[in-house]
Amino acid sequence: MSEALEILFTASFWVAAIRIASPLIFATMGELICERAGVLNLGIEGIMVAGAFSGWFTVYMGGDLWTGVLVAAMTGAMFGLLHGFLTVPLGLSQHVTGIGVTLLASSLTYFSYRILLPEVTSPPKIEPFQPFAVPLLSDIPVLGPALFNQTPLTYLAYFTVAAVALVFYRTPLGVAVRAVGENPAAVEAQGISVTALRIGAVMAGSALMAIGGAFLTMSAFNSFFFEMINGRGWIAIALVVFGSWRPGKALIGAILFAAFDAYQVRLQQITGGVIPYQIFLMMPFVLSIVALVVVARRATYPKALMIPYQKGER
Amino acid sequence: MTRMTPQSRFPLLKRRQLLAGAAASAAVLTLPGFVRHVRADGPLKVAAIYTVPVEQQWVSRIHKAANAAVERGDIEYVFSENTSNNDYERVMREYSEAGHELIIGEVFGVEDAARQVAADYPETAYLMGSSFQPKDDAPNFAVFDNYIQDASYLSGIIAGAMTKSNNIGMVGGFPIPEVNRLMHAFMAGVKETAPDAKFQVAFIGSWFDPPKAKETAFAQIDGGADILYAERFGVSDAATEKGVLAIGNVIDTQADYPETVVASALWHFEPTLDHAIEMVKAGTFKADNYGIYSLMKEGGCSLAPLGTFEGKVPEDAMKLVMEREAAIKAGDLVVEVNDEEPKSN
Repeated sequence: MSEALEILFTASFWVAAIRIASPLIFATMGELICERAGVLNLGIEGIMVAGAFSGWFTVYMGGDLWTGVLVAAMTGAMFGLLHGFLTVPLGLSQHVTGIGVTLLASSLTYFSYRILLPEVTSPPKIEPFQPFAVPLLSDIPVLGPALFNQTPLTYLAYFTVAAVALVFYRTPLGVAVRAVGENPAAVEAQGISVTALRIGAVMAGSALMAIGGAFLTMSAFNSFFFEMINGRGWIAIALVVFGSWRPGKALIGAILFAAFDAYQVRLQQITGGVIPYQIFLMMPFVLSIVALVVVARRATYPKALMIPYQKGER
Repeated sequence: MTRMTPQSRFPLLKRRQLLAGAAASAAVLTLPGFVRHVRADGPLKVAAIYTVPVEQQWVSRIHKAANAAVERGDIEYVFSENTSNNDYERVMREYSEAGHELIIGEVFGVEDAARQVAADYPETAYLMGSSFQPKDDAPNFAVFDNYIQDASYLSGIIAGAMTKSNNIGMVGGFPIPEVNRLMHAFMAGVKETAPDAKFQVAFIGSWFDPPKAKETAFAQIDGGADILYAERFGVSDAATEKGVLAIGNVIDTQADYPETVVASALWHFEPTLDHAIEMVKAGTFKADNYGIYSLMKEGGCSLAPLGTFEGKVPEDAMKLVMEREAAIKAGDLVVEVNDEEPKSN
């Protein structure tokens, strides 16, 4: 049993946890922005696939890594525009549209992959982001390497959380975005366009989701595979609820989930096969559900979430 | 219901040959329904249906063998990749309707539906990757799989000789029989050269999540493993980053990881496919287990050349590998087949 506890005090465990958390942080922040503006974005899973591919492919074609991240973000924003257009001015069902966007984005990605790379025998590789140790900070025992010996994209993830929190709670734009998810009529009364604000939020959120996908192909790994997003987008949706639509809490949720995941692979090795491996794979999900039950009871979701706004309608 | 049996097909063939001979008139020959039954010569029409992209290790070997047969002029080959299990039956029917004579693929997730399709198209030959045995009630449905335990065993001997920490990590997708079998054969090989070796076994619950496979491999390296059995993409990457070794499976990835991949157990699908082509052309295709064509003595598997690790593997171990390889080929040694889920020890 002590062996199981010792894992928690090793630096490599926390390094793994933060690494696993990074794509989830981007995706969760993206979804959170959409939902705070009143639009549920189930296109997340597909948008992550599109981001994973477009970013990676840009680098594969000779682009610089940061250009790849930018291309991924723009690809995500385009799908965000589509989702926003269908759900905001047209007011279509956000559930159905979101699933549609996921199917479209992932199928279009796989199609593009095969059109662009018809004759590959093994998936081509790129030179991904390398870990960069932040001087001084990375020397702190255990937490230092975990937090500050990661790739630049992970640092961008931290920055994103801070930026989202700052914009939400310290700027007029943030007030407007939050208000449009609570009471769009009030925003309209201020002379601000609900449509523009919501579409903008969905595009920005989708761009972040796409960067989350790109993290997998450009930092965690170095090539693109079909289906490699593997449900991470759906986890982000649960993490938004877990975080009660607040950036800080959502960040904690993402790290917690990732820590469970990093923990289970290590536990699998030391229990000597007494417990079926499926139990371990299930562990992060079960613990997330438990956490959701505890936390989500007090969660207050945006009042206008999933309610289309029709100008002048009463 | 009349079902195709090898015996009953001969009269049919005779009739067709007669027909083909008599129908010298171009009009008859251009009728598609007839042309495809004139089996005497011309490439065989082969279709393949894969549930994963053709880059995937396992499928890439089938794809390679099929392309080789195309090059030789033996077959015409079309394929659908990344076909989900939900769509599998529909695609099978489409190819069957389109008149393909041999359909290959993998039905691990759609056994019942696939066998039903085979029953509905008794004139078409099906050769499917499957965890089950062929059945008499589906005489045109043969099965195969990568039974490369011979090569896995030999790669294990090398791994055992190369490990210094006596700790070996194994990352798998799902513990299905063919995965388990190769893992056990590998472990048996390791025990020849490192009897006290400790194994860390993990499954990631996905065929396609290289980042997760990589994380799992990192965890095993943290746990003391200095050589990894790379069943999934991502494992060799972790090994390279941490400076430990890896053993390849099904494909040879040494070119991508020259300092990491010591040896690989290769699967060659050619004997399986070529035998099936021959059988269909001869009109004698039946519900056999083609798994045996993946055995080493059939040329269905081999140990990849050591390449960059030439001279770095202890000589005693290589001598043992040669010895055992000869014994396997001669039929004196049969590598044990164990389909149980392997566990960490």
